[in-house]
Amino acid sequence: MSEAIKVPTMAEYMAQGKQPEVLFWVGCAGSFDDRAKKITKAFVRILNKTNVDFAVLGTEESCTGDPAKRAGNEFLFQMQAMTNIEVLNGYEVKKIVTACPHCFNTLKNEYPELGGNYEVMHHTQFLKTLLNEGKLKVEGGKFKGKRITFHDPCYLGRANGEYEAPRELLEKLEVELVEMKRCKTRGLCCGAGGAQMFKEPEKGAKDINIERTEEALETKPEFIAAGCPFCNTMLTDGVKSKNKEDQIEVMDVAEMIANAQDL
Amino acid sequence: MNTMYFIPNILFLIALFIGIGYFIQNVRKLRRNINLGKEVDVYDNPKQRFKNLLMIAFGQSKMVKRPISGFLHLIVYVGFIIINIEVLEIIYDGLIGTHRAFSILGGFYDFLIASFEILALLVIVSVVLFWLRRNVQKVKRFLNPEMKGWPKNDANIILYIEVVLMTLFLTMNAADLHLQSIGAAGYTIAGSFPVSQYITPLFENMGEGSVIIIERTAWWLHILGILLFLNYLYYSKHLHILLAFPNTYFGKLNAYGKFPNNETVTNEVKLMMDPAADPFAAPPEGEVAVPEKFGASDVMDLNWVQLLNAYTCTECGRCTSECPASQTGKKLSPRKIMMDTRDRLEEVGKNIDKNGKFVPDNKQLLDDYITREELWACTTCNACVEACPVSIDPLSIIMEMRQYLVMEQSAAPNELNISMTNIENNGAPWPYNQMDRLNWKNES
Repeated sequence: MSEAIKVPTMAEYMAQGKQPEVLFWVGCAGSFDDRAKKITKAFVRILNKTNVDFAVLGTEESCTGDPAKRAGNEFLFQMQAMTNIEVLNGYEVKKIVTACPHCFNTLKNEYPELGGNYEVMHHTQFLKTLLNEGKLKVEGGKFKGKRITFHDPCYLGRANGEYEAPRELLEKLEVELVEMKRCKTRGLCCGAGGAQMFKEPEKGAKDINIERTEEALETKPEFIAAGCPFCNTMLTDGVKSKNKEDQIEVMDVAEMIANAQDL
Repeated sequence: MNTMYFIPNILFLIALFIGIGYFIQNVRKLRRNINLGKEVDVYDNPKQRFKNLLMIAFGQSKMVKRPISGFLHLIVYVGFIIINIEVLEIIYDGLIGTHRAFSILGGFYDFLIASFEILALLVIVSVVLFWLRRNVQKVKRFLNPEMKGWPKNDANIILYIEVVLMTLFLTMNAADLHLQSIGAAGYTIAGSFPVSQYITPLFENMGEGSVIIIERTAWWLHILGILLFLNYLYYSKHLHILLAFPNTYFGKLNAYGKFPNNETVTNEVKLMMDPAADPFAAPPEGEVAVPEKFGASDVMDLNWVQLLNAYTCTECGRCTSECPASQTGKKLSPRKIMMDTRDRLEEVGKNIDKNGKFVPDNKQLLDDYITREELWACTTCNACVEACPVSIDPLSIIMEMRQYLVMEQSAAPNELNISMTNIENNGAPWPYNQMDRLNWKNES
């Protein structure tokens, strides 16, 4: 971390009469959760390094409404959505990238009918584009040859059919990618979706994140790669409950790329 | 010619009339019940819909994702479709009084009969394996609590009927072959019998009359069995053999992650956010503001595709076996959501049969069938939707019922109420100040 990160806001851009290429939608977890903030910063460091012309909404950003909608509160969801759309359309945003698959899904699929039409990308898709355009160089670095398993976030994978972007990035890191028994279309949820993140699980034999962590551990990984701040929390908790946190780290794909380059 | 000669034809006509007539009545009831659901726009993109129908229903593309049950199912499915060509001949013979009328097709007829026989044998083998999976191997997904009682018996009854029908078909052919070989009157040489030829030796020491009785009995029981089976469908999970086709056609085309936005809410929110709107304005003339219920607490609140889903479900349990909540011992089982919806819909249907219209019975889908604990266990991960081989969407029902709980009853779990209050007050599910949203930038 040689230099401070540069995080311009849309308001600053507007004041200069400029328009960034892409809006980075940070999301609530990425803004407030200590673990997820590290992912946010890692992604920003890559954006800075590759000179991507981006901005954030900062204090003008608000929850997309995903947890409200999936908890059944359609009214609160649409209030959030319409408020956000007013802000986004006010800034004439065309393209959005986010590191949260829940924000990604909601912005991409549920905002258009309410008047919010943007090109929305998950950060792994965005990084893949940077890679293909030659703007981003990814080399293995400290991850070269490491055994890594990738956990598919439901709202990136099944919900939106994106299984390859994160895997392609991991392959560029020259890792030994090992798949869990349930992966891609059959990937098992981490247990946080559908607003479960914000409540205790219902009665059962086992917590879902433990079940998923056990499956990840079966692949004998050195790292578990994730692409969602909630999955990250759930799996980190799972690894801790197995007392494996000294041996196995749960990391976001963006963190791995930033880390490999010593950003 | 005496009228006695026509008695079999007349009996056949009566059987056919009753069998098909009763079936049509069942179909009418089915339609009426499904139409109790709300209208939903599923008429867009017919090309993609037709493609889904071809791939998923005809092509069994999702069935074969699980290779063993997928392959066995493929045999039974192909067997049933192909062998049913034989039913056309049976109906023709039965009505006209001919015997193996299609034998005029010559060599092609031999080929047809031979392939029916081989398929019939394969169907018997597959069905036996299916039975073993359910009753001996005890595959886990067939043992969930919702499978006790009728659902379990229903599944086995279907397998028994299929074995009986195929055995009757082969017995009829075997007896026919014997009668052909001894030159019995009316049994012209026709067909090729690669399977039933091994049954034929059983008839060697029997008199011609006895074998004719066996052949006729098997022929009659086979067609009566088919008519009976046709009418069993409505009372069984086996309806999928018909409804899988429309169900895959009307299945979800959008990304699985896209949940529908409630339009009534949109209008209300727009009105709230419009600074020019007059909140005290009377609703425009002609547009009576009907108090709409948000979400679903009973089957009539669901849309007709969701009700079609319920009738299409064949209780295979692939959804439940992929569901993260079910797999970790929670009460939720997506299959049970579908079974409950169908059971309640049937109850409502019977209520209408009895009273001419639906008379409130102090029951509903919520609580009387589906508990809140089940609804709150869902992670909305779409594993059930992905797993369903016939495009059923249990998640959409769960979501609408949650919507009812929250928007009509304010009955969300307390922690969720806290999160939602946070979202309302400070734009995040946690109690952080919105003004601190960019603080991460300056933290090391």
